[in-house]
Amino acid sequence: MSEKTANMKVVEGSYAVAHAVMCCRPDVISAYPITPQTHIVENLSQMVANGELDSEFLTVDSEFSALSVLVGASACGGRSYSSTTSQGLALMYEVLYNVSGMRLPVVMNVANRAMGAPLNIWNDQQDAIGARDVGWIQIYAENVQEAVDATLQAYKIAEDAQIRTPIMVCMDGFILTHVYEPVELLDKEMAREFLPDYQPPAILDPAHPMTFGAFADPSTYTEFRYQQFEAQLKSMEKIELVAREFEETFGRYYGGLLESYFVEDAEIVIITLGSVVGTIKDAIDAMRSEGKKVGLVKVRSYRPFPVQALRKALKNASVIAVVEKDVAIGSEAGLLTDLKAAFYNSNIRTPIIGFAAGLGGRDITVKDISKIVAKAEAARKGIESEFEFLDLRKEIL
Amino acid sequence: MVIKAGSLVDPCSTRVTKTGAWRTFVPVFDHEKCIKCSLCEIYCPEGCIHQEEGLFVPDLDYCKGCSVCANECPRMAITMVLEEK
Repeated sequence: MSEKTANMKVVEGSYAVAHAVMCCRPDVISAYPITPQTHIVENLSQMVANGELDSEFLTVDSEFSALSVLVGASACGGRSYSSTTSQGLALMYEVLYNVSGMRLPVVMNVANRAMGAPLNIWNDQQDAIGARDVGWIQIYAENVQEAVDATLQAYKIAEDAQIRTPIMVCMDGFILTHVYEPVELLDKEMAREFLPDYQPPAILDPAHPMTFGAFADPSTYTEFRYQQFEAQLKSMEKIELVAREFEETFGRYYGGLLESYFVEDAEIVIITLGSVVGTIKDAIDAMRSEGKKVGLVKVRSYRPFPVQALRKALKNASVIAVVEKDVAIGSEAGLLTDLKAAFYNSNIRTPIIGFAAGLGGRDITVKDISKIVAKAEAARKGIESEFEFLDLRKEIL
Repeated sequence: MVIKAGSLVDPCSTRVTKTGAWRTFVPVFDHEKCIKCSLCEIYCPEGCIHQEEGLFVPDLDYCKGCSVCANECPRMAITMVLEEK
C-alpha cells in the first residue's frame, strides 16, 4: 500500500464528512436532523458520545435554533459547525444573514436537496442557490473526497482575519451523502497542522462587554455591506491559496475557484456545479474519443462568483451550455444568469444556453449530456431557446 | 468614526450613535403656554425630554419626532414642525 492511499477507506459520504469535521476540532456543533443530512450529524453525535471528539453537541428544536446557537458559540470564540438541507436551510434564512453580518466564521455542510412543495427529498441545488446572496461563501463538491477536503479548507478560509465569512460546503444529497466510495480520510495530526486553533479577533466576554451586530443607521449600514462585499471578493485569492496549501500537505487539488476539463481546445464547453461533473466528464471522454471537441468548467466557488477566472477559462469556447439543478422561477436559473452577467461587459460574445436539469432528483445521464451537446452545437448557428427544462415530460402536462 | 467589521461595538454605543437622525418632525415648545405639568417628560418613549433652567426641552440627538409629547400636552404647547435637513 503506497503512502498516498494508506488512509483510503470505503465509507459512506456522510461518515467521511463527519470524520473531516472531527479533524477540524469544532468547539460547538448544533444541528437538527433532516434527510439527507441526518447521517452527517448522527455520526458526529456518535463521535462526541464515544469521546473521540471533544465538542459540545447541542440538540435543538429546529434549524433556526441550531444556527442561532452557533451565533452565540462563534461570538464566544468557539469554532462552530452545523449541517442542514432544503427546508432546514430555508428555516435558517434569517440567521444566515446574522452569521454573515456579524462576520462569524461558521462552516456548514449543505446536503443539497429539492425544496417543497411539492414534497421531495431527492437531490437538486435549489436550496443553496436560493441562498446565494446571504453573504456566505458557497463551495460545491464534485465527489465525497472533495466534500471532505473542502470542509477542512473551509475553516481555514472562513477564519482568516481578512475574510471572516461563513462558508457552506455544498454536497449533493444522497448522491454524495449516502454513496459508499473510496475516500482518503483526513489524518488528525496533519489536519491540526494545516488548521491551527481559531484565533477570534473579538469575543463575547463578560469581563470586556461588547455588542455583536449592533444597530447601524442609514449613515453606516452601506459601509457594513461594503465590507462584507469586499471580504468575499478578497476570499477568491484565499480560496485558491488554501487549495494550493492543501495540495502541498495532502497531495490533492481540484481547482480553487474553478476546475477546467479539456477546455483549452474545446469548441463546446459545458459549465456546471456539483456531482453531475463526474457524469459529464465520462460523457466528454466518450465524445473526445469520437473527435468531438467538448470541454467542461466546474464551478467550485459559486459565491464569490469568479468572474475573471470564468472569462479567462471560457474565452475560446464557441458555444457554452450551462447545466444546473435549480430554477429561478420568473427568470431563468442562477448560474446561467450570473454567467451571462459576467460576460456582458467583456469582449466575449459567445452564445450561452442554459438547462434546468436533475430537478427533484431526476437522473442526469450520459445520454442527456449528449443531447445538451447536440443542442449547443445547433445554438452556434443561432440560439433557438436560451433556457429550457431538460427532458420536460410534455405528455403528463 | 471608523466602523468595525461585523458591527462590533463597545458598550454604551448610543452615546456616539445619535438615533435622532431618522426624525422627520421636530417638537417645538411654546414655553408661554407650558404649565410645567411634566406629562411630556413622563410620556416621552425615548426619555429624552428634560428640564433646563426650569423649561422643558427635548434632546434632539435622540428625539425621533414621534409626536407623543405633542399629543399628550394638555395645553397644546408643543407643535410638530417638518424639519428640513
